Amino acid sequence: MRDEWRGFKGTKWTDDINVRDFIQKNYTPYDGDESFLEGPTEATDILWGKVQELQKEERAKGGVLDCETEVVSGLTAYGAGYIDEKTRDLEKVVGLQTDKPLKRAFMPYGGIKMAEEAAENYGYHINDKFHKIFTEYHKTHNQAVFDAYTPEMRKARHSHIVTGLPDTYGRGRIVGDYRRVALYGIDHLIEKKQEDLANCGDGTMTDDVIRLREEIAEQIRALKGMKQMAEAYGYDISAPAKNAREAVQWLYFGYLAAIKTQNGAAMSVGRISTFLDIYIERDLKEGTLTEKEAQELIDHLTMKFRMVKFARIPSYNELFSGDPVWATLEVAGIGMDGRSMVTKNDYRFLHTLENMGPSPEPNLTVLYSSALPDNFKKYAASISIRTSSIQYENDDVMKPVWGDDYSICCCVSATQTGKEMQFFGARANLAKCLLYAINGGKDEKFLDKQGNHMQVGPEYAPITSEYLDYNEVIHKFDNMMDWLAGLYVNILNLIQYMHDKYYYESAEMALIDTDVRRTFATGIAGFSHVVDSLSAIKYAKVRTIRDESGLVTDYRVEGDFPRYGNDDNRADDIAVWLLKTFMKKIRKHHTYRNSEPTTSILTITSNVVYGKATGALPDGREAYKPFAPGANPAYGAEQNGLLASLNSVAKLPYEYALDGISNTQTINPGALGHDEASRKDNLVRVLDGYFDQGAHHLNVNVFGIEKLKDAMEHPEKPEYANFTIRVSGYAVKFIDLTKEQQLDVISRCIHEKM
Amino acid sequence: MIRGRIHSIETFGSVDGPGVRFVIFLQGCAMRCRFCHNADTWKLQSDDMRTADELIEQALRYRPYWGDEGGITVSGGEPLLQIDFVTELFRKAKEKGIHTTIDTAGQPFRSEGEWFEKFRNLMRYTDLLLVDIKEMDPAKHLKLTGMPNDNILSMIRYLNEIGKPVWIRQVLVPGWTDDPEDLKKERAFLNGLSNVQKVEVLPYHTMGAWKWKMLGIPYPLEGVKSPTEQQVREAEKILGAGAPEASGEKSA
Repeated sequence: MRDEWRGFKGTKWTDDINVRDFIQKNYTPYDGDESFLEGPTEATDILWGKVQELQKEERAKGGVLDCETEVVSGLTAYGAGYIDEKTRDLEKVVGLQTDKPLKRAFMPYGGIKMAEEAAENYGYHINDKFHKIFTEYHKTHNQAVFDAYTPEMRKARHSHIVTGLPDTYGRGRIVGDYRRVALYGIDHLIEKKQEDLANCGDGTMTDDVIRLREEIAEQIRALKGMKQMAEAYGYDISAPAKNAREAVQWLYFGYLAAIKTQNGAAMSVGRISTFLDIYIERDLKEGTLTEKEAQELIDHLTMKFRMVKFARIPSYNELFSGDPVWATLEVAGIGMDGRSMVTKNDYRFLHTLENMGPSPEPNLTVLYSSALPDNFKKYAASISIRTSSIQYENDDVMKPVWGDDYSICCCVSATQTGKEMQFFGARANLAKCLLYAINGGKDEKFLDKQGNHMQVGPEYAPITSEYLDYNEVIHKFDNMMDWLAGLYVNILNLIQYMHDKYYYESAEMALIDTDVRRTFATGIAGFSHVVDSLSAIKYAKVRTIRDESGLVTDYRVEGDFPRYGNDDNRADDIAVWLLKTFMKKIRKHHTYRNSEPTTSILTITSNVVYGKATGALPDGREAYKPFAPGANPAYGAEQNGLLASLNSVAKLPYEYALDGISNTQTINPGALGHDEASRKDNLVRVLDGYFDQGAHHLNVNVFGIEKLKDAMEHPEKPEYANFTIRVSGYAVKFIDLTKEQQLDVISRCIHEKM
Repeated sequence: MIRGRIHSIETFGSVDGPGVRFVIFLQGCAMRCRFCHNADTWKLQSDDMRTADELIEQALRYRPYWGDEGGITVSGGEPLLQIDFVTELFRKAKEKGIHTTIDTAGQPFRSEGEWFEKFRNLMRYTDLLLVDIKEMDPAKHLKLTGMPNDNILSMIRYLNEIGKPVWIRQVLVPGWTDDPEDLKKERAFLNGLSNVQKVEVLPYHTMGAWKWKMLGIPYPLEGVKSPTEQQVREAEKILGAGAPEASGEKSA
């Protein structure tokens, strides 16, 4: 065994690349409490103080501190960069995306127009020569997609029935197995990829073989680039990491390679906590590291994840408000053998929220099971109550599908670490689809050149009756969903093809098996409104109100009807039906590179944008108002308290939404218990009860509406600088949200029992 | 089967007894507490009539959240105004092994006659009572709530006799229920009891004022503010609130 692997057990992982086997053979479960944890070191305080100063300056400058205009980002585009040249020796983990902290790189491959627009938006001007280079000499992803779009696709995009598509930004959501850099060193990884290249194809040059051979060659080039990138910082990462500090540093270099080359919507870190604990445990045993130093390593690594930045265009910021990067990082979970995978390092990662205060990034995710050690569940709950910065995802439902070494890419989507990649594809607006079913494919908001309602969907016969008939609506909705599912999948096929061709993620894919499993992630927006609308049509009377052209633009509901979010099967059955029906329609279609189709009920903050483009609905939601986010019940629908709402969401079968079912709840501290101990206990009970029923995800916020209102009115108060809240799919600093989204969050704070 | 007059359901009650509770708010109350934040539960009639079986079936949907502590709490309104219904509900709940709690102000309590027999029977199926003491001084109590407090105190004494666990709750309304002398008297009263598991001071808040406006009743405490943190701490000190009572034993 190599000297770097001294003391490690197992043989499978030493021969093949098999990080999971390494973890299972070597990790030390921990079921004690948090009393072993250490506070921040002086170095941590100094460095984090500087980063906070920079963040303040960034905010004062309108959201961007600095922007590159002269250098195209790449693995070796810059030399070494530090938080501050004067304190570089304090940084236990080094490496910046550019030459300066929080400076945004210039990444033109996704689309030169977008890169220019992003810079212009913050008062920077990209050197004109790049415009010429990336339009005349080198095509970008965005241009390629628009070259191939059909008129129908452009119309669907314009009307926002499919929207948020990764045609103006990187698709992201690919998690490289950054642990491989630490465990094996780059040279071994290059050898393995060279072996794959030698074994790729039998000499018959089909499209698939040609493409894959080129991709492997790109991956090998990226691995070599990573070595050079690390050399600029004085590190040789060709061999495995020898100790914990190197393991953390090597792993971070792997991630740094990804964020220097891609500006995907989500650039997740993955499941690194238990892995790194093995190195820390070895050093602690060998007496070469103290707990204080171990915490410092995790604090400094986390600090780097808090500093990831991308230049985004305004329309992106509207979709995903508050500058998120989804540096998602998982802790906990249960192994296939039934052992808890909680280690001391899982505590250390959560503890960063105490040592350096609340923060939206990294997007800390607890892989939850009621079988996790009680001490850990309580500690996580107490951190939730104090910081509202963590999310919970149900390991019990994910493990059977993804095993025990999956990561979360983005918000709620599981992906097998190092074995899998995802074709991310935004979401279809099913609320608008329902309106198209009623109006024969005509858009209720957008007009054509003649000033008539735009014909976006197929010209099916519209509903002409005054009162809506449930069976007629369902029949037409079913047909319209058929059309939408087909169009949506094909738009995505086109986008993913071009992304592979013009903006391939060679650095991330270099850290994933060559024989990769691919998922094709669709999504649903407007979910709860469709459910409630159908319920209204079924159980009450819904009268249509038409404009002069005869198109239905509004609805009046006569009588009462059950709403999703009350644990009432009459409504919840419609919700289950809707999810299953949509997923079955998606599955009918060919998906690019034979990927496996999945769907999510997840909107992120785009519920505001989708809502803005969508007219009034039969459930009483007014035109152009925000949708409820993700799988959340509609605002005001929940009449029986938090648990009834959770029970409704828990009924949605995860097997039909393998890309995730996002639910965000805000609980007033007073409604969670009268004192800290009972709040902690009660939150654990909520999580146990919800996840034991097979629910998938929960964002937990604990604060009162007064705090939100005050933060909106007085964002300058120092206590709000890091005030973090969970929104659908991620965490965000509240003061970084647009005013519109702040109001939306406030209007959703409903679990305010007196 | 008897039907209960229901005001509303809260599936996530976390301050209404031990653990996470399924709280059934019953309609109707005879007291007219000036600080009431649920004035909409006063009137006796309700359109929402439900049987014990229906409610138990609904409550059981929340058992996964209860752990080893939670259960059902009946609140109001004044649940003892529907004593027959609550008895049936709790009898059926105990058949399912559910922990039962009543949140009451004790106003309907009578220490003799048919009503008392009913109450004795109800206690067979009740694990815990949350009892509000609105005010110790009888005259002030009458002024504050429109009702005397002698029978309320007798109920607490009776519960002590039969060893039924109670949590005592004192709503702190500045200028109305925060007289240190009265609070001391209350503590002296509690000192004579051995069934008190917990004493809680609940700070008055104005969040229920809008309900009075909706009902078209002038809000009598207009201008009265919530107590300060300091005032709450002082009252807690006098009442010995917060810390578990030495004499009380934990209910099953």
